[in-house]
Parts: sequence; structure tokens; C-alpha cells
Amino acid sequence: MERHLAGSSLPLARPRESKTRLLGRRVWSFRAFYLMLLPGVLYYLIFRYLPMYGVVIAFKDFSMLDGILGSPWADPWHKHFTAFFQSPYFSQLMVNTLLISVYKLVFGTVPPILMALLLNECRVKWFKTIVQTLTYMPHFLSWVIIYGILIAFFSQSSGLVNRWIEELGGSSIGFLTSVDYFRSILVGSEIWKDLGWGAIIYLAAMASIDPTLYEAAKVDGAGRLRMIWHITLPGIRSVIILLLILKLGHIMDAGFDQIYILYNIQVYQVADILDTWVFRTGLQQLNFSLGAAVGLFKSLIGLVLVLGSNHLSKKWGEGIW
Amino acid sequence: MVKSLEDRLMNAAVLLILGLAGAAAVFPLMYVVSVSVTPFSEVLKNGGFILIPRSFTFSAYTQLFTESAIPRAFAVTVFITVVGTLINLVLTALMAYPLSRKGLPGRSFFLLMVVFTMLFSGGIIPTYLIVKALGLVDSVWSMILPNAVWSFNVLIMKSFYESLPEELFESARMDGAREFRILLQLVVPLSIPSMLTVGLFYMVGHWNEFFQAVMYVTDRSLFPLQVIIRELLMMTQQPLENAENMLPTETMQMASVVTASLPIILVYPFIQKHFTKGMLLGSVKG
Repeated sequence: MERHLAGSSLPLARPRESKTRLLGRRVWSFRAFYLMLLPGVLYYLIFRYLPMYGVVIAFKDFSMLDGILGSPWADPWHKHFTAFFQSPYFSQLMVNTLLISVYKLVFGTVPPILMALLLNECRVKWFKTIVQTLTYMPHFLSWVIIYGILIAFFSQSSGLVNRWIEELGGSSIGFLTSVDYFRSILVGSEIWKDLGWGAIIYLAAMASIDPTLYEAAKVDGAGRLRMIWHITLPGIRSVIILLLILKLGHIMDAGFDQIYILYNIQVYQVADILDTWVFRTGLQQLNFSLGAAVGLFKSLIGLVLVLGSNHLSKKWGEGIW
Repeated sequence: MVKSLEDRLMNAAVLLILGLAGAAAVFPLMYVVSVSVTPFSEVLKNGGFILIPRSFTFSAYTQLFTESAIPRAFAVTVFITVVGTLINLVLTALMAYPLSRKGLPGRSFFLLMVVFTMLFSGGIIPTYLIVKALGLVDSVWSMILPNAVWSFNVLIMKSFYESLPEELFESARMDGAREFRILLQLVVPLSIPSMLTVGLFYMVGHWNEFFQAVMYVTDRSLFPLQVIIRELLMMTQQPLENAENMLPTETMQMASVVTASLPIILVYPFIQKHFTKGMLLGSVKG
């Protein structure tokens, strides 16, 4: 332990010093580090932990004039929660949030794995590098830009796809404004955005597979497909499971930015999730207490899911922390 | 070495599918660029596919940069990207370095403080109320300060600092350097690659800033690029066919999309490697 201490002048423990004094000396010897921590800690206290305290307005009848402290307590205390649970929005929002999340989970898991497999099997190095560079790129584009691209392809009046449909004699479809297609657009655009990026972690896992396994398989006469099936896929199994579990922990976050940017009033029915609803009801219609209550409800479920999924992943020997 | 038939088929199939995936990633962008430089009349009569424009015009861009809110928004975005990233980096390094020193009393407490915010948050409304109480609403700082530190990036930096050899610090201390000097003159220069990674994560985040802007900013002159562009894009989504001359043309919309993505696409190839490395570093030990 001694070698990690900051001050090199710190003496070895003197037997007569009391424990508190010893700790005091240790803390003092680290004073520069605490000074470094100060700005960051202040940031966390103000912008992360104060809002956690501010969540008490979910149990109050909040008014801007009285502030968080001065607003009267709600009567009964669960007033805003019950109001939400009994409202017709509750089931719609839960269904949308969960469905969109689950769709993304189900349809979004396999493509990056396939992508990683293909990249891993690619023997032409420069080609591999180019494809990697190209497919990582959409990850860094904002959802607004992707919305622009979606309009170029799918808008009813001028989108490329609709012009093709019309040329073939069909009638145009409002992909972005129709309840039938909106979720597919959400899921599809997310897959497009993160296909290459999602492959990175699987590629890394593949790189760490023992190459002697492949050599042995080759000696035994195994073909490339057999090696993928019997060596590569089992080799990344734990990573696949780990990522699945982690995503499960975030199932209440269906993707605020993406949905808020892409949706419109025609598709609220299928696209509105807890977060977007809290944003509209809480901030835009100034129902602060109701919004905070729904936000708290969501955060709590999220916390339980994340902790639970981490517990699960630890069982597989892959704990995150 | 003789290649078997299966090998050859496999190689061909891999190249083909990867080629398609690569094309699927670039093609939409190329199409958007093409539309943005093609005269609008041409777009309309072509009835479709313009990958390589037959006639060029930059009128959409000139219109965008003279008649719209774009130049102003561009300036706002550049400001929050530059200033925001600087603040991010300073705070993140200051936070991560002490957390990487194993003997620090209370280290696990501070770490828990950082990690817990990745698990639980007060939510949109309480955060808004705090930001409002601090008087940040309707100022550029509302798009910088509420996200001044990302826990994930603190963890990336911390694991990098932990990988530096302990002897380095000892010899610096032996030479009489104080901790701030060690951080500034020893640790920071050594950690340029990971600073770059983390800095670029922050940069992209600021450049793509949207959420905080719609939450905290109502003053139009402070809207960043993404918010203005979304407004431009929304306009034809409403069925208003006959108001053609009032609305931005598709050419203009696509020009705005290109304007917002160009900086990222230009910087991106140079930094891609670092991003990947940083991503892996963070995922190995969070």
C-alpha cells in the first residue's frame, strides 16, 4: 500500500499514533487530489444529485412561485402517481416504450454480430478497413441528420422510395406519418446508424480467441463455416449474452432523442414513450409534479432493471462493476 | 497454399456482402449531397434517382447562408462545441486523475458517486427546475454546464491513468514535483491519445446537441444548428403542397443536412481509430 501514497515523505506507521490521526495525516497528504476532485464533485452535486432531491415534487403540488421547498405536499401523497396510473396514457405509453425497446433488442442484436463475423472473415485488409470506416460513420451523425436522410428517402411528397412506388404504378405511402410504418422506421434507422459501431465489441472479442483453436480445427479438416459455428460463435457467446443483459437493463429507455426528433402528431399513438410524454406534459404543459412522478416511476424501474441485469451478468461471470 | 472451393466462395461472398454494407452506409449520404447541389426543378422532373448530379448549383447553400437562421445557429454550435469540450476535458481529467490513485482515502465513495448517476437520475423535470433555479435557462451555458462531465468518459480516463506505471509518479515526486505539476506536465502529455478519444466523444456530443437546447432554450437566437435544421425539415412534413414558394425546397433542406454533417464527416476519418480504441478501453473495464 505504501507505494501508492502520494507524499514520498510520509513516514511508515508510527505505533504510537492513534488511528484517526493516522487517517488525518493520510488525508492531508492527499490534499492536492481532493482539490482536483472539487470542481467535478460540485458538478455532480449540483446537476446530478440536486435533481434527485428535486424529485420530491412528485409528492408535492408544485408551483413555480413557491419553489421546491415551499410547495405544499400533495394529498394523498401518491396523488400524481395514481393520476398517471389511471389515465388512458399509462397503458399506451408502457406498451409503446416496451414494444419499441423490445423490437430494437430483437432486430438490432443479430446484424452487428453478422457484420463482425464478416469483417473477421475478410482476408483483404484494405477492403476491411474501408468498410469499417464507412460503417462506423453513421454512428456519429445526429438524429436530426438521419431524419433529413429519412425524409429524402421516405417522405410522401418527395421521397425517393415513394417516387419509385409511383413510377411502378402504386400510390405513395406516408412512411413517416403512418402508424403502420413508424415503428419500422424507428427500428430500421437505429440498425442503420449503429450497425458498424455495434460490431466493434464483437470484433474485439473475436480477436481474443486463441488462434491455435483454428489451427487445430484446420488440421482436423474443418471448413470456414464449421470454424465459425464451432469456434468463433462460442468464443463470443459470453459477450453476446452480456450485451443482451445490459440492453435488457435499459428497456425503459426506448431512445428519447430519436423518437422526439422523428415523430409527429399523426403517430403519437404508436411512437409516444414515457420520456417524450414526460417532456410534453411536464415541460411544455407545465404539469411539473405529474411529469416528475412519471419520471421517477421510470427511473426506479430502470434502476431495478439495471441492477438486476448486472446481477444476472455476474452470474455469467461478466459483472460490469 | 492451395485454396479450397469453399474458401474461394466464402471470400467472394464476404467481399460482396461487406461491399453492400459499406455502400448502404455511404449511399444515403451521397444521395443527400447530390440532391443538395442539383437545381430544384431538376430534382422535381427527374422523378427519382440522382446519384451523380447532371447539373450543379450551389444556390441552395447561398440561400441557406444568406436568408436563413443557419449562420447564427452555426456560430452557436461552434461556440458550445469549442467551449463545452474544453470545460468537459478539464473537469474530466481533474476528476479521473485522483480517482485513478489507489491509495486515495474515500476513493470508492467518489467512484460510487460517479457511477450511481449512470444508474439513476432525478429525471427531466427536476433537472429542468434546477437549471432554471440557477438562472441558466435561455443562455448558452444551459447547453454546456448540465452535461459538463459524462461518467462514462471519467471511467475511460481513469482506466487509462491507471495503466501508467507507478514508478513514473514516484520519480517525479522524488524530483520534487507537486501533484498539479505532475498532472499537467507528466500525465496529460502521456495521455494525449485517450484525451483525444474522450475529447472527440464530447465534441460530437456538443455538435449534435439537441435535447438540452429544446429543454432549456426558447430564445431563437440561441438555437444550435440541429434545432434549426429540424425546424427546416419539419416544414414539408405538414401537407402544405401549394405553399411551395414559402417553404424551403427539398434542395435547401438537404443542403442544411449536409452543412450539419460535413464537419463530422471531414474530421471523422482521422479520428476513427482513436474512437475505436477508446470504446474498447471503456468496455473492457467500466
